[in-house]
Amino acid sequence: MKKVLSGLCLSLVLILVGCASGVKLNEVPVEDKSSSLVKADAAVNALSGKSAVTSVQTSALGAMNMGPAGIEKVVYFDYDSYAIKPQAQATVESHAKFLSADKSRKVALEGHTDDRGGREYNLALGQKRSEAVKRSLTLLGVSEAQIEAVSLGKETPAASGSDESTYAKNRRVEFNYK
Amino acid sequence: MINASNSRFGQVFCKLICKLLFVSVPRPMLTLTSICMGSMLLMGQALAQFRVEVAGVGITQIPINLNQFKDESTSPQKITQIIQADLERSAKFKVSTNAFAMDESSRPDFNGLRQKSLENFVTGSVTKLADGRFDVRFRLWDLIKTQDLGGASFAVVAPDLRRAAHQISDFIYEKLTSEKGIFSTRIAYVTKSSNRFNLWIADADGENAQAALTSPEPIISPNWAPNGQQLAYVSFESRKPVVYVHDVSSGKRKIVANFKGSNSAPSWSPDGQSLAVTLSREGGSQIYLIAASGGEPQRLTQSSSIDTEPNFMPDGSAIYFVSDRGGSPQIYRMPAKGGPVARVTFNGTYNISPSLSPDGKFLAYISRQGGQFKLYLMDLTTERVQALTETSADEKPSFAPNGKLIIYATQIQGKEALMTVNWENKISARLSGQAGDIREPHWGPFLKGN
Repeated sequence: MKKVLSGLCLSLVLILVGCASGVKLNEVPVEDKSSSLVKADAAVNALSGKSAVTSVQTSALGAMNMGPAGIEKVVYFDYDSYAIKPQAQATVESHAKFLSADKSRKVALEGHTDDRGGREYNLALGQKRSEAVKRSLTLLGVSEAQIEAVSLGKETPAASGSDESTYAKNRRVEFNYK
Repeated sequence: MINASNSRFGQVFCKLICKLLFVSVPRPMLTLTSICMGSMLLMGQALAQFRVEVAGVGITQIPINLNQFKDESTSPQKITQIIQADLERSAKFKVSTNAFAMDESSRPDFNGLRQKSLENFVTGSVTKLADGRFDVRFRLWDLIKTQDLGGASFAVVAPDLRRAAHQISDFIYEKLTSEKGIFSTRIAYVTKSSNRFNLWIADADGENAQAALTSPEPIISPNWAPNGQQLAYVSFESRKPVVYVHDVSSGKRKIVANFKGSNSAPSWSPDGQSLAVTLSREGGSQIYLIAASGGEPQRLTQSSSIDTEPNFMPDGSAIYFVSDRGGSPQIYRMPAKGGPVARVTFNGTYNISPSLSPDGKFLAYISRQGGQFKLYLMDLTTERVQALTETSADEKPSFAPNGKLIIYATQIQGKEALMTVNWENKISARLSGQAGDIREPHWGPFLKGN
C-alpha cells in the first residue's frame, strides 16, 4: 500500500516538475492520464536505474523484521515467576546467536502478564520478565545496545478468557525485531 | 444512569443487624458490614418508598424536593434531571421531585408544603432569550425556617446548559451541607472499544465527554495536574510505555519521559512543578522525580524490588507508593525527596493503587482479599481499614476534590464500569459512560473561577 502511494506521489511530483521544466510530458494529451503516468514511471526507473522487480521482494523485507528464521519469537513464564524455563532456553540461545552474528540488529523484548491484578503493578511485573530475558541474552554475549526491555503489562493479551490456559498464554516475553 | 442502593427501611433493618452482630462489626458507628450491604441490596427497589425515621446517630440524608423548572422543556438539556442525578450521586440527599412547575419568583406555600414533610425546596425557570441563549434561574427555600436560602441566574449558550445545572447543584450542596460541591469538576477516563482506545474528559457525572486522545494502542494512568488544565498519561503508541503531558484545551502534548525501557505511573506534585514517575532506565521499576517540562530525572527509591504507583500527600511532604520489597505488593510512604521508607499497609498480601484524600487524612487503595480486588479505605490517624464496596474487581480509586466521594473502576456483570462511592455511608452510584470497556478514572481538581 505504501509503495503504491509513494509511487503515485512520485508520479504526481514528476508530472508537476515536468510541466515546470518543459519536459515532453506537456505534449501528452490531457485526457490520456494513464500514458502520462506510464511515462512518469519510466522516468523514475530511468532515474533510479533499478528494475520494477527489485521493489517487490516482500520475503526479503519480512526477514528484516522477523529475527532468526524458524525460531519462536515468544517465551512463556509460570505464574509469579520471572525465570526462563528450561524449554525456553534453546529459543533464547537461538536469538542470542542471531543477534551476536549481526551487531546492527536490534530487538525490543516486550514483557506481558496475565490480566489478574492492577495495571501499573503488572506493568512492572512484565518488565521483570523482559529484563530476565535481556539478562540471559547479554550473558550469552549479546551487546546491551542491541536490546531494549519494555513492558506492556496486561494491556495486550495474546488470548482472552479467565482460565489457567489463557493466563499461561499471556505470561510471556515477545521478541520484536526492529 | 443512577443505581443508588439506598432505602430508609433497609437502613433501619441494617442497624438492627449491626447491633445484633456488634462483636463482629468494627467501629465507627457509621460503618456498615458487608452483611448489611447484602441485606440492603436484597431489599430491592420495592421498599424504597418506605420512609422511616432513623433515631440517633445514623445515616442522615437531607430531604430535598426539586420542582420542575418553569418552561424547562424549551431547553435541550433536562436541567432538573441533571440536578437530581448530581444530588443523588453525592448520597447525601433524599431527592423527591414534583412535576408541578414553580418558578423562582413564586413564594412557596410554606404551611401546605411542610404538611407533606418537605424541608428543602427548589424552584426555577428556563427562558429562551432573543439572542438564542438561555436564562436559567433558580431559588432554594428552607421550608422549616420559611427562609429563602438564595438563588442565581445564568445566561448561557446551549453547550453550557449542563454546566449551569451543575453549578446549581453545587450551590444547593454547599448551602445544605456546608461542604464544597464537586458537580462542576471534570474527570478523565479511558475506554477500549474494538481495539480503539480513547482518553476522555467528561463532567463529574460522566456526561459531556470529549476525547482528548484516540489511539490504536493502550492508554493508561491519566493523572490531572493541580491546575486542571493538563493531563499526564501513559501511551503505548510507540509499542512501549511513554509518559506524556497533554494540554487539554489546546490538544498540544509533550513527551516527558521516554527513557530506555518502560516509563509509567505519572503523579503530579501538588505544586504542579514536577511529576513522580516509574522508570526502568536503570533496571527494575523505580520511582523518580522529573520536572513537568521534562529533563533529567532524580531517583527517589533505592531498592532492587518493584517500586511504583507514586501518589503525593496533598501538602507535598511525602509520597505514598507500592513496593514489593517485603515479598508482595504493599503500600509504603517516604519523604517527597526520597529517604527512609515506612510501611503503611499490613492487612492482606496484596495492596496497591494508593490515593490520598485532599485533607491527607485518608488513604483509598485496592486490596486483594480472597482473590477479589476490593476498594479499601484506611483512616491514617487510627490506621483502621474498611472495605467500601460490594464489587470484586475494583481498580484505580481517586478522591473527589472535596474528599467526600471516591471514583473507581470495577466490573458489573462482567462489564467494566465507573462508580463513585460516598465513603461515609458507602452508598455507591454508577456513572453513565461511553460505549465499550471503561477504566482508569482520575478525578480533576476544583477549577478556578468556579
